[in-house]
Amino acid sequence: MKFLGEKGVRRVLAGIAFSAISALLLIALFIIKEGLPFIISYGPVKFLLSSDWQPQAGKFGIWPMIVASVWVTLGAMLVGAPLGVACAVYLTEFVPRRVMGVIKPTIELLAGIPSVVYGFIGVMVLAPLIRSQLGGPGLSVLAGAIILGVMILPTIISISIDSIQSVPNSYREGSLALGATHWQTTHMVTVPAAKSGIIAAIILGMGRAIGETMAVIMVAGNAVKIPGSALDSVRTLTANIALEMGYATGQHRQALFATGVVLLIIIMILNSLAGMAIRKRAGKR
Amino acid sequence: MNNKIEIKKLNLHYGKFHALKSVDMPVRKNSITALIGPSGCGKSTLLRCLNRMNDLIAGVRIDGQVLLDGIDIYSHSVEVPELRKRVGMVFQRPNPFPLSVYDNVAYGLKVAGMRDGSRISETVERSLKGAWLWENLKDRLDKPALELPLDQQQRLCIARLLAVEPEVILMDEPCSALDPIATMKVEELMLELRQRYTIAIVTHNMQQAARVSEYSGYMLLGEMVELGQTAAIFTNPSDARTQDYITGRYG
Repeated sequence: MKFLGEKGVRRVLAGIAFSAISALLLIALFIIKEGLPFIISYGPVKFLLSSDWQPQAGKFGIWPMIVASVWVTLGAMLVGAPLGVACAVYLTEFVPRRVMGVIKPTIELLAGIPSVVYGFIGVMVLAPLIRSQLGGPGLSVLAGAIILGVMILPTIISISIDSIQSVPNSYREGSLALGATHWQTTHMVTVPAAKSGIIAAIILGMGRAIGETMAVIMVAGNAVKIPGSALDSVRTLTANIALEMGYATGQHRQALFATGVVLLIIIMILNSLAGMAIRKRAGKR
Repeated sequence: MNNKIEIKKLNLHYGKFHALKSVDMPVRKNSITALIGPSGCGKSTLLRCLNRMNDLIAGVRIDGQVLLDGIDIYSHSVEVPELRKRVGMVFQRPNPFPLSVYDNVAYGLKVAGMRDGSRISETVERSLKGAWLWENLKDRLDKPALELPLDQQQRLCIARLLAVEPEVILMDEPCSALDPIATMKVEELMLELRQRYTIAIVTHNMQQAARVSEYSGYMLLGEMVELGQTAAIFTNPSDARTQDYITGRYG
């Protein structure tokens, strides 16, 4: 690298870094360019709030998919957030550092399992179980929520662990020295002090859940309708795009891009909320 | 008997390191006892034995006795949280919780199970008055404690302690993060608190030990070298090593 010199290296690195950022920008621009004109010409209210999705008839209302995404994601949070936060609290406050050094990487391995494998387990194990025990088709909001809830655990656990570990030890000592028990210290001082980091972890997990596609297609059943209960089949926004993109043309294709725009906006909002939570914490120190 | 605490043949090991070597020391009731000595001599470690804060550190072994009102605090029947309510601690750096002023002082009460709002308010007021903070803070009780100046934070930590009505207050270099004027205020406060509490203080600052304490112990390399009335130690030390230290030839 000597012939490039210090400045040359900097330029090369800058070029590589910029190409990564520009890929992101180009994707966003492309989706917006393809989708936004459709939203405007079809009418945003009709597009977002009408329940009729009949591409052949020229009807493109994504309300059922929005409702489905919201329910599946909220369900996933109900499963993943308490489990994840409890796990993080237990690992940081109640387990020796050594044990934690083994368990944390194991949990992070969960993030490395391909989503199709989660979906496969959902189809083979979870859906039949729901069908036989609770009724309905099995492929449902509930199945999607449980699978996604498990899939987002690594995100929630590892970010929560980082934020609980960054709580100064002097807070714990101060509390214990006042006669608080270990558990009182944990839930009255340590966890509240890590609150913004834990909230950021949950929001990032939520972003993952709402964007997840493959596992959800496999376990949620994909029926385009507003679910009446947790046991009904639903189709999420992501599933809608993936399922129909292969054969969509013309307006139909634009409508799918428009669905992508809606997803992009939701995820951008979630990420900036998480960013705000993290910055708020940084500002406190 | 006038000794609130009696330390008898106390040994402490961190792994292989012998940090306290057969230390004997009384802490007199309603007086201030200072522990002095160079860095790393074990004075903070000794102080933290008195409310069992060393229990939190992995690899610590303790033998010997620490008698509080004649009862060994290391015996199995002692509940550590109860012990720490009786023997409170003020730390080197002010460590108020990231809560409001009010909630900081009320914390110990809530932990102890007090739910009566008006009693909590009364105690908060009394404790803040006890730490000379009431006049400053009475209109700002819901202000975040971390926004206070450092010396007020440290006195808030003292107020937080007074709220749980301890019998003994341990202070681990309570003024090392404070400027001279703030230090003076905390020292005056200590002299007043002495009337109702038994105080043990670790300090680097020998003038401070001379100003506030009635009894002093000089420690070196984990041993209690000399122990006695502060005036005697400072004017007429019996051990040559103490003499070296207080005249500034050591440390």
